[in-house]
Amino acid sequence: MKKITVEVNGKKIQKEIEDNTILSTFLRDHLNLTGTHVGCDTSQCGACVVHVDGKSLKSCTAFAIDLDGSKITTIEGLVTNGKMHPMQEAFKKMHGLQCGFCTPGMVMSAINLLQNNKNPSEQEIRDWLEGNICRCTGYQNIVAAVKEAATKM
Amino acid sequence: MASLVGSRVERKEDKRFLTGKGRYTADINIANQTYAYFVRSPHARAKIKKIDTSKALKASGVVDILTGEHIANDKIGGLIAGWAIRSEDGSEMKCPPNPPLAKDNVNFVGDPIAVIFAESLEEARAASELVKIDYKVLKAITNLSETMNSETIHEGIDKNLCYDWLLGDRQKVKEAFEKADKIIKLDITNNRLVPNAMEPRACVIDYNTASEEITCYTTSQNPHLSRLIMSAFGGVAPEHKLRVVAPDVGGGFGSKINLYNEEIVCSWASKKIERPIKWVAERTESFLTDTHGRDHVTHAELAVTNEGKFLGFKNETIANLGAYARVFGTVTPTYLFGPCATGVYVMPAAYSNVKAVYTNTAPVDAYRGAGRPEATYTIERLVDKAAIELGIDPIEIRKKNFPTEFPFKQTLVHQVDSGDYFAGLEKAKQMSDYDGFASRKKDSEKRGKLRGIGVTTYFEACGIAPSPVVMMLGCGVGLWESAEVRFNPTGQVTVYTGSHSHGQSHQTTFAQIAADELGVPIENVDIVHGDTDKGTFGMGTYGSRSLTVGGIAIVNACKKIVEKGKRVAAKMLEASPEDVEFKDGEFVVAKSNKKKTIGEVAFACYLPGVRDEVKSPLPEGEEPGLKESAFFDPANFSFPAGSHIAEVEIDPETGDVKLDKYTAVDDFGTIVNPIIVEGQVHGGIAQGVGQALTENAEYDETGQLITASYMDYTMPRADNLPNFNLGFTCTKATTNPLGVKGCGEAGAIAAPPTVMNAVINALDGQEIQMPATAEKVWKACKNLKKSNSKAA
Repeated sequence: MKKITVEVNGKKIQKEIEDNTILSTFLRDHLNLTGTHVGCDTSQCGACVVHVDGKSLKSCTAFAIDLDGSKITTIEGLVTNGKMHPMQEAFKKMHGLQCGFCTPGMVMSAINLLQNNKNPSEQEIRDWLEGNICRCTGYQNIVAAVKEAATKM
Repeated sequence: MASLVGSRVERKEDKRFLTGKGRYTADINIANQTYAYFVRSPHARAKIKKIDTSKALKASGVVDILTGEHIANDKIGGLIAGWAIRSEDGSEMKCPPNPPLAKDNVNFVGDPIAVIFAESLEEARAASELVKIDYKVLKAITNLSETMNSETIHEGIDKNLCYDWLLGDRQKVKEAFEKADKIIKLDITNNRLVPNAMEPRACVIDYNTASEEITCYTTSQNPHLSRLIMSAFGGVAPEHKLRVVAPDVGGGFGSKINLYNEEIVCSWASKKIERPIKWVAERTESFLTDTHGRDHVTHAELAVTNEGKFLGFKNETIANLGAYARVFGTVTPTYLFGPCATGVYVMPAAYSNVKAVYTNTAPVDAYRGAGRPEATYTIERLVDKAAIELGIDPIEIRKKNFPTEFPFKQTLVHQVDSGDYFAGLEKAKQMSDYDGFASRKKDSEKRGKLRGIGVTTYFEACGIAPSPVVMMLGCGVGLWESAEVRFNPTGQVTVYTGSHSHGQSHQTTFAQIAADELGVPIENVDIVHGDTDKGTFGMGTYGSRSLTVGGIAIVNACKKIVEKGKRVAAKMLEASPEDVEFKDGEFVVAKSNKKKTIGEVAFACYLPGVRDEVKSPLPEGEEPGLKESAFFDPANFSFPAGSHIAEVEIDPETGDVKLDKYTAVDDFGTIVNPIIVEGQVHGGIAQGVGQALTENAEYDETGQLITASYMDYTMPRADNLPNFNLGFTCTKATTNPLGVKGCGEAGAIAAPPTVMNAVINALDGQEIQMPATAEKVWKACKNLKKSNSKAA
């Protein structure tokens, strides 16, 4: 057991947790932030992507205790003053989601792309999102959503 | 008022999914819950000699451990096949028992044997290591072609044969083949797939000790059907003491149609241990135990004239059912497959013969398209082979055999009400720049690449319904759908549907329909689904049936609301009901300016009387309130159709296949929301491309699934696919008032033959089986070089 202090979606949080608690479990089970989804056990699907200190991270790959002192943003933390983030708006406008399960990871990953590359090409978007599996959309409208968001961010 | 049907309305469900507020089963926690962990067979086929749980029961945090013996003692029933299929000789199909926990035998890797309930998941998992099971391991039967000559898996089921089914007339086919100029022969496998909804299966059970009601939150495409099976066949609880809720569900694709072992076991156990239970599948558990799809070995023949006219068709298929027959397991390779195997063509004689066999693999059931992808792959590969052998352009040979009039009596079963296959193919030809292919091929060749083009024309039978027909064909239930429309006193409308959305967007499309029918703003319409305590009953969502069956039930319930509204408005407006017309949300007395809005009429229905300014007398005999329900059972299936054209570029040095262009032109009749239909087509194509190029569920000879994670089972990722170029034609369905046809499965049906025809075209007609992996294609490229150098 270890006590950690993290900032999650702008709120300071102190919790005592087991050494082997992974970040996705910490977020979902300890903080009830169930927007972060777990779709596989092998860090392949990307449904669990969150931002840690501004970079996207598959939250099933990190132990929470290793992140003591970090700033974490989850899908729940993107709404400000009741307004969705431009990436969220773009996914809605372009129908970039169907069942919604991969969506939180996809959105978090896509935001991080635009933070690194303001105006990515179609191929750059597809390459970046290679680590996020979607079974519903065939990716076409996700790519379109990222392009749309690039004009707004 | 502008019609919402046909408009690109943004989805009402998106905000909650995009902000992390979706509520999936694994997000639900109930105070004092225990965690379930299933002990599963590591062997594909074995006898269970002894199960010893004594050590595990003493482990930290363990609440209880239950086995097949407890299930048997409590007389809890097993899983069932929903369709009874007869063999050609008239005999009944043979199905083995499938208890929720195996007691004496295990028949596939992952077959559950015991379940541990503990205070934490870690403790449950740790205790599972202490359960000792002695097995007598038997030889696993996994090779589909050899199954009928192998040892018998289930006692009393000779040759491992469930049924040997025939549809069509062998004698007529024989005569047709005697008249042929040429017989085209094809041997194909339809590769086994894992549906892989991104949300793993899960269930959370809450037993209320006071009301003795069990609530089962679960990842289901059809909660009412799950309740029915769990109650009628499982004997877990009577239906009125069993509530099944399928909240947000993260994709299904057929894999969440079935009621599964875990839902029965946990529902039954929650009452037994008097604690809530949570179970969430790990991804590998999903791979091992979700129902799989496809898995056919087929020999097909087409009798043709030298001019390319089709005379007859034969289809001899062995279909894998896996270890047990499940809900749609037996119908998928028969009535959902056989009739569509003659494709969109006039075929004077045909038969489909299917032998469905058991193997020591996970159960095989419906997966997006269910039977129709296998049918379309068979005929469309065969037609392309005929085009090659006869030297006819693949588009021309198809056109020569299209029906020219509708309704079209398809050879084996279906009366296709509407369609225009020429229009779709012509549009696809234009949109894909088919005529420009030769120059693109030259360009590829300059860069050392091979280029191929492939065409498919398909039709399919979906919107699975007509109850009298499906019941005649062996279905154990009627496949109608229900709807209830409640008009609240203050003007909002709540619609309860028996369909279930797990990505299909019902909250939006169904609201568009209801808003149009009732003339109310879409913001005032809420769609409620997925809870057996709320909706009347429902057969659920699969077989592209939500809109064509469930959506029409909503239309019909709305029409009843309007009918009652007319009677009430007439009384309020002192007119006769026949003179009242309803348009854009208003009841208007003909040739007058007297009118009442539907909101005013609804309010009046709840305040029946006259006092001060309230003047809402109800007609005599009219009940207060405004709520109507409807059950819809269409007269026929719906028959979407289309033409898809793909181009691939192959690197002969590596065998890598790049899907370069994909054009799809589909006829779904009336389109309610183009954004959503396009999304459905994209997703379907992506899954079909996956089948053609990368996906394959592979068992080794001992019955171990060697593709049981996302590291080994390769679904398409964003960088594997191009943008798809979509077009539409429209012939309205005549069997429902909206003229709609199903759209959810089309892409998965058409894409595999389209892509494979393109790959084989690039390989100069060399046959290759799905998936066209780099290794297979590279080998084929080497053969190509050899034959080219010989020719030189």
